Amino acid sequence: MNKYKKITLDGLIYQNPTFMLVLGTCPTLGLISSAFSAMGMGLTVVVILTLSNILISLLRKVIPNAVRIPCYIVIIATLVTFARMFLEKFVPDLYDSLGGFLALIVVNCIILGRAEAFANKHTVPEAAVDGIMQGLGFTLALTLMGVICEFFGKGSIFGFEIMQFKISMLAKPAGAFLVYGLSIAVFTYVIDCIERAKRVKANKLARENLLKEVA
Amino acid sequence: MGTLIAIVLAAVLTNNFITVKTYGICPFLGVSKKTSSAAGMGIAVTLVMVLATLVTYPIYTYVMVPLGIDFLEIIFFIFIIASLVQMLEKIIQKLSPSLYGAMGIYLPLITTNCAVLGVTELVIGDMSSIIGEAATMNVGWAVLYALFAGLGFTLVMVIMSGMREKLNYYKTAKALAGFPIAMVTACFICMAFTVFSYISI
Repeated sequence: MNKYKKITLDGLIYQNPTFMLVLGTCPTLGLISSAFSAMGMGLTVVVILTLSNILISLLRKVIPNAVRIPCYIVIIATLVTFARMFLEKFVPDLYDSLGGFLALIVVNCIILGRAEAFANKHTVPEAAVDGIMQGLGFTLALTLMGVICEFFGKGSIFGFEIMQFKISMLAKPAGAFLVYGLSIAVFTYVIDCIERAKRVKANKLARENLLKEVA
Repeated sequence: MGTLIAIVLAAVLTNNFITVKTYGICPFLGVSKKTSSAAGMGIAVTLVMVLATLVTYPIYTYVMVPLGIDFLEIIFFIFIIASLVQMLEKIIQKLSPSLYGAMGIYLPLITTNCAVLGVTELVIGDMSSIIGEAATMNVGWAVLYALFAGLGFTLVMVIMSGMREKLNYYKTAKALAGFPIAMVTACFICMAFTVFSYISI
């Protein structure tokens, strides 16, 4: 069970695709001006990433090593085509707000990156959990920044008007760059502080044990 | 003539791929540490964008739409782009080894660049806001749009790399070093490009 805990923590925090690895930046910057489209993008990626991880993990002994990248791209492109048809038919609001970025999920580095770095080396359940957790890490990061950008840029959250005051720059790509950059800085700073506190605590414990042994 | 000017202005300034559409951010942040490599990457992307549009637009309009398989566009386009990049790599390697040495590492990366797939998807969509209601889209306009979109991409890449080269002379806080400061820099470039949104075509 420890293995799955590690995959979960890696996906959500230590190898968070948005804040730690800085992958999939184009849809992030393009869609965080609205919390709804940011979350929709995230959830679409969760589904596609999980399915592609499962399929690639199932086929990892079948796909020859030399042509693995084209094979992965076919699998991902097929899944994206399905997702596009599904959203167009059942969730047209989201389909419209995602615009061109829906087709561009094919070249999202997170999905190809997880296929190459994780799914082709691990068993199916592990790959599935990894897909869900990496996807959720991406979704949480996007939703968080979407809420910030939308609140300050449009004065609303998920489309509900909250205040009149707005800085419309934050709802544009310029604001998206600013919020994304500062979010990475804050995230890495907090992780750094936690790690340092952990290290200090471990050192203290080790010293106390040593003193006890000496005594 | 009006359409030509509209396409040039839209592709380079008002609808710039990086600052307005946020396509192709990975090379924009990853390969913009030095001006020479940024310019190389920009030119390589422009070349692939033009070639990809030249191939995908006729295939989409004259083959896929009449056959009713236009829903397969993503799979077709990504395959065409991947094979084009592979072919281009071999041709450049054969014709000019020095250019290959300079460009070699960037070329394979371009397959997974959203700017290339983005432009092929854009030109088959509704472009009436850019080329005007009167003109109809054809291969020529599509390729021209791809060329100038690529040049606009190169322009922003070069500006960004210049700013990042200057940033090396200053000390940044540890948490801000690397990507965060690059993104704040990009924010200023985007703000500067907002001025061009006052150009109405």
